[in-house]
Amino acid sequence: MQRFQHAIPAGLIALVGLWVCFVSYTQTPAAAFAFPRLVSTLFVVLALWTFFKALRDGTAQEGGFSRQEILRIAPGLTVAVAYVFWGAKFFGFYTGTTLAFFILLTWYDPADHRQLRSWVMRAIITAGFMAVMYCLFALILNVYTPREIWS
Amino acid sequence: MEFLYYFDDVFTLWAFGMLLLGTVFGLILGATPGLSPTMAVALAIPFTFKMEPAHGLILLGALYTSTVAGGAVSAILLKIPGAPANIATTLDGHTMARNGDGKRALQLSFLASLFGGVAGVLLLIFATPVLAKWALVFGPSESFWIAILGVTVIGTLGSNSVVKGLLAGCIGLWISTIGFDDILGTQRFIFHSSLAGGINIIPALIGLFAIPQVISMFAKGRSREDLEVLSIKPHPLRQAITEVSRRTRALGIGTTVGAIIGLIPGVGGQIAGLVAYDQTRNFSPERAKFGTGHSEGIIAAESANNAMVGPSLVPLLTLSIPGSPTAAVLLGGLIIHGIFPGPNIFRDYPEVVWPFINSMLIGQILMCVFGLMIAGLAANVARVPRAVMAAVVLALAVFGSYSVQLSMDDVFVMLVLGAGMYFLERYGYSAAPLVLGLILGPIAEGNFVEGAMIAAAQNGVLPYFFTGTLNMVLIAIVLGSIVYSVWLELKNRRQGRAL
Repeated sequence: MQRFQHAIPAGLIALVGLWVCFVSYTQTPAAAFAFPRLVSTLFVVLALWTFFKALRDGTAQEGGFSRQEILRIAPGLTVAVAYVFWGAKFFGFYTGTTLAFFILLTWYDPADHRQLRSWVMRAIITAGFMAVMYCLFALILNVYTPREIWS
Repeated sequence: MEFLYYFDDVFTLWAFGMLLLGTVFGLILGATPGLSPTMAVALAIPFTFKMEPAHGLILLGALYTSTVAGGAVSAILLKIPGAPANIATTLDGHTMARNGDGKRALQLSFLASLFGGVAGVLLLIFATPVLAKWALVFGPSESFWIAILGVTVIGTLGSNSVVKGLLAGCIGLWISTIGFDDILGTQRFIFHSSLAGGINIIPALIGLFAIPQVISMFAKGRSREDLEVLSIKPHPLRQAITEVSRRTRALGIGTTVGAIIGLIPGVGGQIAGLVAYDQTRNFSPERAKFGTGHSEGIIAAESANNAMVGPSLVPLLTLSIPGSPTAAVLLGGLIIHGIFPGPNIFRDYPEVVWPFINSMLIGQILMCVFGLMIAGLAANVARVPRAVMAAVVLALAVFGSYSVQLSMDDVFVMLVLGAGMYFLERYGYSAAPLVLGLILGPIAEGNFVEGAMIAAAQNGVLPYFFTGTLNMVLIAIVLGSIVYSVWLELKNRRQGRAL
């Protein structure tokens, strides 16, 4: 799997490029797709070059992920995705943000979770931050959240 | 001397208030590791929607200037550059602070930033109208090549891999075509209802610059960084002023290198400090002292990275080509306020552009004064735990993206683009060419279509786009930047193998 670490994303990009190229050359009117055709042709050439280079070089290339990093990122990214795609609507904009903020803070805070003090600190930070956000966006900038989202 | 007529506009209550706010917040944000100037400006753009264009731009300009200078605080006191532009400052700045001269290092840093910054903005004031007049002769074909040049230069000179840099630029250009075609109204690449209105620049900028930072903070997990903030002992300011004024070589080299690098589209401040530091060391008779807390090292690095700020806006304002990634975000800020940079910018929007530029000049002085006053506080802010920073930036990114059009679709796009960019970055792609492609895509396409229409009535598309002195020069620069970058990459690879 490690050997294909660079080839998989490069392959995915090449697939996107091929799709963009296919759509650009098959959709009408042609005039609306003249610029996308130009861009997508270059896109495909560069993406295929990168893909074959990744296949050839294998693990010799720099970058990529370790298993440990993926495990560290996964909880935070899951919370972020759940918050944006579901939580903000389900709980309401500000409540969803408060929950996501507190969960992320708790998960990644290196402080001892057995101490009550660390929980109180996190709660205070969350409440303080949300108060600032509410004042800034709802009261000063007049940003209205949608009706179904409690503001 | 037209700019003198607009100085009054900076001293109105709102304009000056924005300048102060941007300067103070910029210094604090700049000192915070992980918050780059580009990200700070991107996150601030939504706050400027309700403002007058000039006030919004003054806020963004002040943030740009002071985040670059503020990065020196954490570079000196924590040995963590607040921004990539401050890497060279750590070399002598932190050593000087370790030797007990933290205050002196900060004073030298802010005074050098002031000198470099003022010189850079003066270059911006005097060079921009000249370049703008020259750019008036550009037709659609030249403007098309200029846009392509912007993407190419940042994709090649600003990336570690030429192919990946150009590919990222192509991805950005493609993303810019999503939505309805401007001329025929045809739907293009709308594979999800969220994309029906196209990709809004601001949520895209926020996602591409802020979300990768958030995820990279996640990637560090719960590890604690016990940062030691070095104490600051008093040091007379007068002595620091005398010292800076005596170090003319470091100031001169730093400012010149920074200004030249700022003028080159796409290169940005990351390398300005390092190149200036290296050149000053080469020309200094006290070369052996570099790295041991030598004042010339700090002065060269800081004058360079602030001298870069003004000139990086010259190609932005006249040709729509940003001189740095942060300038690219500023371009987004200009467009959102209905200001389209180009040769006519000083004719069409003098009441916005001149106060903005003048505010950057005054902002340099405020940056120096406040920098010296709040450096200690800013260093403590830099110790904010990563978990708090990640949560704060994520929430700001969501609220900022939502507030652009009051649409959750923008928030979805922001998160998807940002998460995608993080994964791309880990495989060697950089955000800057993608952003440039996204911003310059509509300019390139508009001129391409207009040029094609003119060409159809003349000799055909190929002669129209590939002949004429200016076209040839621009094509030569595009190809030259690619060839030079390939040569540089191959050379570095060979050197890497030799080691």
